[in-house]
Amino acid sequence: MSNVVSALKGASYQGFTRVSDSGARGMITLRGDLSSAALQKAACDLAGCDFPGKLSLTGTSESGLCWMSPDEILILCAYDTAHAATAQLTEVLKGTHDLVANVSDARAMLCLSGGDPREVLAKLSPADTAPGALEPGTLRRSRLAQVPAAFWIDETGTAYVICFRSVAQYVFDILKSAALPGSEVGFFDLA
Amino acid sequence: MSTRLAKTGRLLNRDRQIEFTFNGKRMTGHPGDTLASALLANGQTLVGRSFKYHRPRGIVASGAEEPNALVNLGKGGQFEPNQRATTTELFDGLTAESQNHWPSLEYDIGVLNNYASRVMPAGFYYKTFMAPAPAWKHVFEPIIRKAAGLGKAPKDRDADIYEQFHVHVDVLVIGGGIAGITAAQSAAASGAKVMLIEQTAHWGGRAPVDGAQIDGMDTGEWVKNAVERLDQKDNIDVRTRCMGAGVYDHGYVLAYERLTDHDPQPGLPRHRLWKIRAKQVITATGAIERPLSFAGNDLPGVMLASAVRDYVENWAVSPGDRTVVVTNNDDAYRTAITLKKAGLAVPVIIDARPQADSPLIRSARDLGIRVEMGKAIAKVKGRRKVEGISLAMQAGEGAVLEEIACDAVAMSGGWSPVVHLWSHCGGKLIWDDAMAHFRPDATRPPTGAQGQGFVRVAGIANGVLSTTEVLADAAKQGRTAAEEAGFTAEDAAPPTAAPENQAPMTPVWIMPQGADIKLRQKMWLDYQNDVKVSDVQLAAREGFESVEHTKRYTTLGMATDQGKLSNINGLAVLSKALNAEIPQVGTTTFRPPYTPISMGAIAGEARGEIFQPLRRTPMHDWHEANGAFWEPVGHWRRPYCYKRAGETTEQAVAREVKNTRQGLGFLDASTLGKILVKGPDAGKFLDMLYTNMMSSLKPGRCRYGLMCSENGFLSDDGVVARIDDETFLCHTTSGGADRIHAHMEEWLQTEWWDWQVYTVNLTEQYAQVAVVGPKAREALDLLGGMDMSEETLPFMAWADGQLGDFKVRVYRISFSGELSYEIAVDAHQGQAFWDALIEVGREFDAMPYGTEALHIMRAEKGFIMIGDETDGTVIPQDLGLDWAISKKKTDYLGKRAQERPHMTDPKRWKLVGLETLDGSVLPDGAYAVAPGKNANGQRNTQGRVTSTYHSPTLNKGIAIGLVERGPDRMGEVLDFPKVGGPKSSGEVVQARIVNPVFFDPEGKKQNV
Repeated sequence: MSNVVSALKGASYQGFTRVSDSGARGMITLRGDLSSAALQKAACDLAGCDFPGKLSLTGTSESGLCWMSPDEILILCAYDTAHAATAQLTEVLKGTHDLVANVSDARAMLCLSGGDPREVLAKLSPADTAPGALEPGTLRRSRLAQVPAAFWIDETGTAYVICFRSVAQYVFDILKSAALPGSEVGFFDLA
Repeated sequence: MSTRLAKTGRLLNRDRQIEFTFNGKRMTGHPGDTLASALLANGQTLVGRSFKYHRPRGIVASGAEEPNALVNLGKGGQFEPNQRATTTELFDGLTAESQNHWPSLEYDIGVLNNYASRVMPAGFYYKTFMAPAPAWKHVFEPIIRKAAGLGKAPKDRDADIYEQFHVHVDVLVIGGGIAGITAAQSAAASGAKVMLIEQTAHWGGRAPVDGAQIDGMDTGEWVKNAVERLDQKDNIDVRTRCMGAGVYDHGYVLAYERLTDHDPQPGLPRHRLWKIRAKQVITATGAIERPLSFAGNDLPGVMLASAVRDYVENWAVSPGDRTVVVTNNDDAYRTAITLKKAGLAVPVIIDARPQADSPLIRSARDLGIRVEMGKAIAKVKGRRKVEGISLAMQAGEGAVLEEIACDAVAMSGGWSPVVHLWSHCGGKLIWDDAMAHFRPDATRPPTGAQGQGFVRVAGIANGVLSTTEVLADAAKQGRTAAEEAGFTAEDAAPPTAAPENQAPMTPVWIMPQGADIKLRQKMWLDYQNDVKVSDVQLAAREGFESVEHTKRYTTLGMATDQGKLSNINGLAVLSKALNAEIPQVGTTTFRPPYTPISMGAIAGEARGEIFQPLRRTPMHDWHEANGAFWEPVGHWRRPYCYKRAGETTEQAVAREVKNTRQGLGFLDASTLGKILVKGPDAGKFLDMLYTNMMSSLKPGRCRYGLMCSENGFLSDDGVVARIDDETFLCHTTSGGADRIHAHMEEWLQTEWWDWQVYTVNLTEQYAQVAVVGPKAREALDLLGGMDMSEETLPFMAWADGQLGDFKVRVYRISFSGELSYEIAVDAHQGQAFWDALIEVGREFDAMPYGTEALHIMRAEKGFIMIGDETDGTVIPQDLGLDWAISKKKTDYLGKRAQERPHMTDPKRWKLVGLETLDGSVLPDGAYAVAPGKNANGQRNTQGRVTSTYHSPTLNKGIAIGLVERGPDRMGEVLDFPKVGGPKSSGEVVQARIVNPVFFDPEGKKQNV
């Protein structure tokens, strides 16, 4: 749909790590009793992967589940299918106490690829992003400089960042400043 | 005079020459020089003037503890004052200027202060500048302000960029001398994640200069090999030019890495602030030599003994042809030996100890150096630099035995372990009488969250002095730290060195010990602030007992060197003056940073465009491109108005108001909060949070609601829409979205945790546009897809549907009093939707309008605004909003508070309209005065203006405000005095109390 424009409009920057807008992504917030079998089944059926444990994410950035808090998970899907998926999930969970909301437009997703994404994150977040501390399968909620952000690293070493839409430009700009060629720290090139 | 030597200079690269300027004079140096060593090599012994008396100052030290050689470094955007020449690495093109003198360093008018020093002792300004009283503001203060400070304030914006870096390690070792290297080796051997940092550009600390042998090899060689081995390990990061700045709670340490100060690279980060979380910290921070207090010890040419040999060995600099060494310990003998071996003269070693014998002393004698025991320097001779010394007996009062000519004096009063980082987070100290210094008390370290110690000390920072003891101590500390961090460390043998036998030192706090007042007035403790021994003794006589008070009264240790050379000497003098023991007097508090760090490093990336996280709506770029004059609303930017070519702000606003009321206007309302509240208890929950009955709202309908604090004060307002049986969407003010969401979650999580309610903040999910004006319905019908008629979508209803290509939710609500639709679309489609509206709006001469037009239109209708009509002391009943308060509810947040006598007092100030008699605009916040004065002699008041504008609709000034019993006083005229200088005092603006709804009082326009 040409009417759909992500907050960063496809921007990208090649520093010692590439920083790029991942475009419009589908995201659905599901709040409820995470131990409920019905809720777990509904979420897993939708995303096609296992239900995530604490601090974890399962599946992929295109179709996955993220544990956000003791009573909240985030469902990742394609932008175009988010409304339908929200409606479907609401229907399946009817009668139970939970909240399903489409938040696809409220967020921006950025990608850090090549070079050293861990270093870029470490310049802006107090979370431990070292190898061994932040491994594929972990979703870390933290901050990047002055705004909240969630991030994870996949098997290829690529990092994904989710932030609020209104500050997408700020997040892009701080990631850009952190990825400035010549400003490599050389701390994580230990094993 | 100081000069460059032909040999030595282990840190220099003599193959290259570097050019730099000092006070406009061109000089040369070599890579490896600091600015200090280069200045000395060029014979520049005079480098600055002291703060108070403008006495000539020379280089005293070789490291971060340097008090005198402070320069204004660089120009323009790179300019930085108070840079220490000893820690500034020389680079090609460096420009430096000395500080605190006028017109020049050599001829400074400020030296007149020096001649007045008898009437300007410590604390003199507390006893002078008192009368006449007006003279303080107009004479004394401006002069003192000009004289205050050492360097010049920068005028240009900092041209460099800075960054920060967060890491988590098991063991952080601060200090890259032989102790730090050994401790890091030990810790890393266990597999722990280790970081080793060193503040200078070189590893090894003092040891390569002091000339020990470690494991049978030359120290420099040993250091090089050890660091190479560490560098190869993959579980340790080693860094030079990185200073441990502060130790904070729970193992949080700040380190300051100077990336390009030695080799400026515009466009690359200059400094990096490390934010390190360490399980264990080892401070291998060494020790600082103390000056001796003898008359004239501040003359250029008087230096710390260890610094003298540092300059000779590291930088091939001679302090002068003839250097007298004065000491109370063995260590300074090394300097005499080094000088002699470099081919320079040492006329005498003056040793204050009655007698002493050790291998070091014998080596000096064997080289033919004259040693005088039990002697002192009575005073140093020379006006601007050292020309000689007067020899006396240390036990006496300074009678001169002999005059000895010399060009420099190398002094040593002993060594003080660098305990700053240990102390920052609560580590305690013990006074070691034998060594006359404070050292860390290992039984009382800084403690972590579980009460465990998280800092250990290694090397001479522990007070341990011989090389082999340092190495053994460091290895042990490294091993233990790794164990505390949860690793198993092997018990490897530490490196070793030959045992050293030193004769005991004798504390010497005043030289000679019986010196009279004339001599004591010339014994300098603090070189920067000109604090003398006599000043500290004066403070004691005037009744100061606490070392903290004495510090502030005398300003001892309060300059940029943070008292590194003056602290211990000063408190020792104070103790003697109070006849107390040194440990009873104690030290002043050590505070981070260890040495000053740049403001840029603290700010990191936060400057310019990314100083703050700017919040942008989906239509931000369109507003920018179409003349938006921006207004900050929290971190959001909203258009205040859209200025056309040649328009003033006022003209733009007036145009927007008129156009919207007569035709069609569009407002970007995306910033308003939207919170989804869902669950079986959602209605009950909102009934508690709002003053209104929300649970009775029907699906498809909207209700304007008020939220109050527990104390009854109006906190936020907004329209609530009932989505379905269990679901509500609550609108909040733009500034209130995050705050109200947090407020909701706080109550749900802490008080009503068993209520079944979930909330989600959907503010950013939707772009929201207000389509407003008599032509609104026509325009939306043109877009097509939804029935916008009065019958289908009456005032205060909402509906989901389609408009053009867009899936929308339309709320029929109005803040302007006109026919108004607020339309929500998914945010990614916000810009496209706005574009579509602009397109259909052309036919109706539609214009976008901004926040100021919005505010004027609501004021014309008497609608209140949070933050204008509310200020934290206003309740809904003050604002005529009694209708929004449910009488049926037994409880809601604020209900009981609003029943307090003060809240139900009939004399409360209540909302009314205010219409000036002359049509002018009342000033914002203006007070209406009442007859008489209050108990404080201030005029009585009876009302104030809360919102005020020029109304383009009515072509006159309108205002709303709070007035005592206002609604009962319609038609009365009030006096609002003008403020702003002699011309307007006595002038008043008169305004009549009127209905706050100035326009369309029946509310017909929004109901069409």
